[in-house]
Amino acid sequence: MEVGLQHYLAVAAMLFTIGVFGIFVNRKNVIIILMSVELILLAVNINFVAFSTYLNDVQGQIMAMFVLTVAAAEAAVGLAILVTFFRNRGDIAVDDASVMKG
Amino acid sequence: MLQGIAFYLMSAVAVLSGLLVVTARNPVHSVLWLILAFFSSAGLFVLLGAEFLAMLLVVVYVGAVAVLFLFVVMMLDVDFVRLREGFAAYLPLAAIVAGVLLAEMVMISIVVAQGGAAADAVAPALATADTTNVEAIGRVLYTDYVYVFQAAGIVLLIAMIGAIVLTLRRKESVRRQDPGAQTNRDRRTSVEIKGVTTGVGVTGEELR
Repeated sequence: MEVGLQHYLAVAAMLFTIGVFGIFVNRKNVIIILMSVELILLAVNINFVAFSTYLNDVQGQIMAMFVLTVAAAEAAVGLAILVTFFRNRGDIAVDDASVMKG
Repeated sequence: MLQGIAFYLMSAVAVLSGLLVVTARNPVHSVLWLILAFFSSAGLFVLLGAEFLAMLLVVVYVGAVAVLFLFVVMMLDVDFVRLREGFAAYLPLAAIVAGVLLAEMVMISIVVAQGGAAADAVAPALATADTTNVEAIGRVLYTDYVYVFQAAGIVLLIAMIGAIVLTLRRKESVRRQDPGAQTNRDRRTSVEIKGVTTGVGVTGEELR
């Protein structure tokens, strides 16, 4: 059972796909959508670290750190927006949030 | 051999819990599955020899982000059953898109691993004796990437300010401190000197 680069890339691909799938099926629930985005960023991180290890270059891990930073910031701001939206509307259904007709 | 077993175990747990994150009926369970997914991914990072990032993943994601999610999910009184409407309606399209995406990405992964930039990459030695993973990261992070590192700090600061600005509520019923007014008080507005004559008092009435 030799574990190669493609195994890690496959796991990352699966997690990424699950994240996209989650955004598709939970169209109304912003919390699950935010969690799906976190899963997608986690998949990206796994790719970065796998390439970093197999190419013997530590820069991939540095990039993964920055992705982690951005993910944390995104979660904080996203949940803050969610709380404000809930205060204004009393609900978090995303399809109600169409005031700007985007 | 042992590494293979650990890899397959942890990746299976990561993928399964990831799937449960997006399909669980209760969002609190979703958050808990998300924590499990992060933990098993941290295990994968350890297998890859990136111990520092594994620790970071556990501390930042499980310790901060997941707890933040848990707070918000439990704090908001939302009817989650209504939010699941349309789950079955979107399922076929989502399954098709996900299947195509997964097939494409796995094919690209195999091609990259066998013929791309990382062709025939061998599993490297996990930890060399002279440098640890943390030391290797630190050597690059604080030299070549020092400006990016500072920029990451600014990103976090702005996110913090944004979150506070968005959620801070000014209530009229709550008496708040006004530090500016407090420090700008001076003797003239706070203390008054009154000449009190003996036996009369401040009010001026004759004391009995």
